[in-house]
Formats: sequence, C-alpha cells, structure tokens
Amino acid sequence: MKEFKYVIKDEQGIHARPAGMLVKELGRKKSNITIQKIGDDRVVNAKSIMAVMSLGVKKDNEVLITADGGDEEEAIQAAEKILTENL
Amino acid sequence: MITLKGKSVFGGVAIGRLAFYKRAEPKIKRHHIEDVHAEIRRFEEAKGQALHQLQELYDKAMGDVGEANAMIFEVHQMMLQDFDYIESVKNIITAQEVNAEYAVGTTGDNFAQMFASMDDAYMQGRAADVKDISNRLVKILTGRAEGGIKTDEPVIVAADDLVPSETVQLDKEKVLGFATMYGSANSHTAILARTMNIPAVIGLGEDLSKEYDGKYCIVDGFSGTVFIEPNEEILRMMTEKREEDLRRKALLNELKGKENVTLSGRKINVYANIGNLADVGAVLKNDAGGIGLFRSEFLYLENETFPSEEQQFQVYRQVAENMAGRKVIIRTLDIGADKQAPYFHLDKEENPALGYRAIRICLTEPDIFKTQLRALYRASAYGQIAIMFPMIISVEEVRKIKAIIKEVKAELKETGIAYRDDVETGIMIETPAAVMISRELAKEVDFFSIGTNDLTQYTLAIDRQNEKLDSFYDPHHPAVLAMIKMAADNAHAEGKWIGLCGELGADLTLTETFLEMGLDELSVSPAMVLPLRKKIREIR
Repeated sequence: MKEFKYVIKDEQGIHARPAGMLVKELGRKKSNITIQKIGDDRVVNAKSIMAVMSLGVKKDNEVLITADGGDEEEAIQAAEKILTENL
Repeated sequence: MITLKGKSVFGGVAIGRLAFYKRAEPKIKRHHIEDVHAEIRRFEEAKGQALHQLQELYDKAMGDVGEANAMIFEVHQMMLQDFDYIESVKNIITAQEVNAEYAVGTTGDNFAQMFASMDDAYMQGRAADVKDISNRLVKILTGRAEGGIKTDEPVIVAADDLVPSETVQLDKEKVLGFATMYGSANSHTAILARTMNIPAVIGLGEDLSKEYDGKYCIVDGFSGTVFIEPNEEILRMMTEKREEDLRRKALLNELKGKENVTLSGRKINVYANIGNLADVGAVLKNDAGGIGLFRSEFLYLENETFPSEEQQFQVYRQVAENMAGRKVIIRTLDIGADKQAPYFHLDKEENPALGYRAIRICLTEPDIFKTQLRALYRASAYGQIAIMFPMIISVEEVRKIKAIIKEVKAELKETGIAYRDDVETGIMIETPAAVMISRELAKEVDFFSIGTNDLTQYTLAIDRQNEKLDSFYDPHHPAVLAMIKMAADNAHAEGKWIGLCGELGADLTLTETFLEMGLDELSVSPAMVLPLRKKIREIR
C-alpha cells in the first residue's frame, strides 16, 4: 500500500475541474484508490467524481490518498503530479 | 409597473419582452418491471446517447464561450460515468425491480441533495449539474423533446433557473438578457452570462411570476432590478443607461489594450484615481495602466480609531496584488481641512485649508506616520507600489520623511520582514511653494504628481468650498498652467518623471497642452480612462 499527503493551496479547493482530472487519471489504474480529508472520517473512492467532490475539500485542507494494488506506485505518482500541478 | 429585486451577475441593461423558458419537464412514473437485465441495458443505452449529446454540447460551447466554460460538459460526462452514480441506478433497478427512469430520478435527487447540503456555495451550485445529467437521461429514456423558447424577436429569457445545457442551446441572437428565480453567482448560468456579455439578474424569487410571460420588461443588471411593464420615466432612464453602457463597451472594445499614443507617436501613461479597495475592479475593467493616486484616507475616515499596521497592510497588499505588477501610487494620509476623523482630535481652525493637515500631521506625530509607512513597505513585496506625500512646501520636509523611511526600513530588515528596497517615492505638487522650489525638490525624489485641485485653490487664493467664488474660479487660469509647466520642466531637468492626478487631468480640452508640456502620466477617475485614451489617440 502506498500513500500521499498534500495540503491544498488552490483558492477554490478541489473544484469540478481538478476533481475531474484526478478521477479521469486514477480511473485508468487497477489499484483500489481512496481519498480522505484529514480530520474527516469519510474515506471515499478516488475514482468517483461525485465522491471526491462530496468531501468539500477547501484551501489549506490536507488530503490523504491511498492506493492498494498492482500499480499502486504509478497510481500515487499520478495523483501526486495532478495535485501538485493543479491544486 | 412592478419592480423586482434580485442579485446582479452581469451589468448592462436589456429592454424587451419577457419569455419564460418552456421546459418539457419529464414526469417520472414508477412502475414494476419483469426483466431487470433488459432495464439495465436500457439505462446503458441511454447513458451512451447522453454521453454523445454532451460531447456535441462540449464542442458547441468550445466555439461559443471557450474551453474554460465548455469544461462543464466534460465534467458532466464524468458524472455520468461515475462509479457511485451508476451503481446507485443499477441497485435501485435490481433491488426494487423498477423502471430505469425512476432509478435515475431517485439517484439524481439523492446526489443533488448531497451537494445542496454542503456548506460551500460552489458545491451547492453543483446540485444543478447532477439534476441536469439525470434529466438528460430521463428525457432520452422517455423520448421527450427538449424545451426552449419559441420566438422570432429577441427576448429576455425568464426561468426558475437554467442548467448549463439549456443556456448553451439557446440561440444567442434571440437572448437580450436573463432573469431567474433562483441560482447563485457561481451557477453556470451566471458564469455564461458574464462570458457572453448578457445582462442578467438572478435570485428574483417567486415574485417572478409566470403571469409576466410575454410582458414588456427591463433587466437592469447593474442594480439587480427587473421592471415589469415599466412606466415612461423608468423606460427613459433605463434607455439612457443602456445607451451609455453600450457606448462605454464599444469604446472599451475599440480601445482596450491599445497604447496611449498620439498620431505623431508621443506616449503618455493613463492611470486611474481610486479612493477605496472596491474601486480596483473599475480600474481593471477600464484598462488603466496603473493607479496614479490611491487616497489612503478612507482607511482612517471609515475607522473608529487609528487603523492598525496589519489592517492597512492587508489593503495595500490586496491592491498591489490585484494590479498584478502594474504601478500603484499610494498617497500617505491626507487628513485635515475638509476631511475629518473625530479620533484625531483636531482643533477647529480659522483657515483649515491653510492649517494643520496632511504631511504636517504626519511629521508632528511620527507614530501615526510610521505605522502607515511600515504597512506600505511590507506591502511593497507584493507588487509595484510607489509612495507619495501630500502638501509639501520645503526640501526640509522631504529630508525628514526620508529619515523616517530609513528608520522604518531598518526596523523591517532587523525583524526579517520582506520589503522592496527600490520603492519609488514622490511628492504631490499642490502648493505654489513646491512649484517655485521644484528644481531643488526634484533632486530629492523619484517623481512628482500634480494635485490640480489644491494647486488651483492656493495659486488663485480661492476657497474651493465657497460657492460664491465659483465665477472667479478658473481652472484654466494661465497662472495655474504656468505652475504645471514649471514643475514639469524642473522635474525633467533632474531626470525625474511627473504626473498629474487632479480633476484637470480629465479635462479633454487640456490634454494637448499637457502633452506639449511633456507630462509623463495623467491619472483620472476610472470611467475617464478610455475617453482620455481616445482623445490622446486623436492628437497629432
């Protein structure tokens, strides 16, 4: 299992556009991938745009992405790239 | 006449007939089905068709309103392919043995409900997106036609709220304005209205009754008002407002991004004067090259007590950031005379215009001055701030100011707070004394800015506040113009630049004179920036 933590810097938080990019990219991976907002109990499917948006992640929130499966390494790298470049 | 109040999302005035958006609301009936697998296949086929429609909408929106706004239809496609959404639909079909329409409707309601209950206006706005995709599926499943507006003449489109696909499918040639009952400033209707430059008022509530369908009305996007069957007076006022707005927009289209250059190639900077943070929007909208005068007084006049360094810093920083690298010239406290704040405890004076005011207060009470300077220098790290000082009459004053600036910088450096070392400092030329010694003053500063209102009052010995003197007050007086020329010549002789930020800058009959004098910058109210640019571009 691999993890990645990131503090959101974008003023709008995880809005539709970056959520869409994340979901699209992670949807191609075979691993089980989850996302959660630190301080919030809900752990949701990072391949679902509705679920990702439902977290209501705002600026300065920290998120934790966890990938578990054959391509977990690539999945975390992809997530890291999208988050650091867009959020 | 009936007047309705809502929220403005895009300025402008639209006059015409109101047409309610006719929506083929799909009525969803729940019924039992025998073959669960066939029903799931029906759903999958409808989904495929919906995805195809969304791709077409995406392509259309790309052409009409650009990629950033078209993106929503890509998000819709993702929502339609969302794992949770599809699972929910299939679960309802399978577990309850019901038709696909019902499963989609219920799922859509549940997800929309989830977004609507979030404590974030942006996410609440997404509830409309979920409803939009669900309605699309239901329409395909039931085979119902799309709604729309039926009209030959352009109309003002009224609706409870329009979803993105409805807005994009409207024939733009037929839309004069939008009036909606609900929706937020973040809704796509609002965003698209802004992108397409269509006057829009939202959140009118249930007062926007369907009874008004077909009636003559006015949408005033500036004030967020809708007038149904306006009376003659309102109609006349609004027609004027509309024409003025159209003229301004036409001017903007013609002149935005153009240089302030005469036919013979002489250039001059055109900046804007502001008195508040809220004015920055107007500066950007009117395409000013910078801010030539930011009156810092409002910070003091709107406060119950001296504004703190932090409070001032936040304001200066925000202006500098919003102007994104363009010059922002901030004038230090210019209080006294006609501008009073009770907590300064200023004495009543016989001659306040000649009294204890502006830099005189700052040099007498250096603590007040230093607080402002610290805030200004801290903010300098966030943009291109320049600082200027009002009511200067001597070289000695400028030297005192520079000594205080030195202290402020040293303190900031010691505490490791970021600031820019190359902040330009200048003085206002608004006393005859400053003009007469302008050669000496120019050696001490980076720039001059002429305050024509005070300079005229002091040169002509005429109190601006006294209406009886209006017939004697001549802003074109040769003495005033000679003062300006002298200051300009002396600034240039010392290799410094000179601007003008008083009301005279907007007097288009003098623009040619100012260009001949070689002024480097004119700063006027935001609304005058483009008329002035137009004038400059017509001069030889």
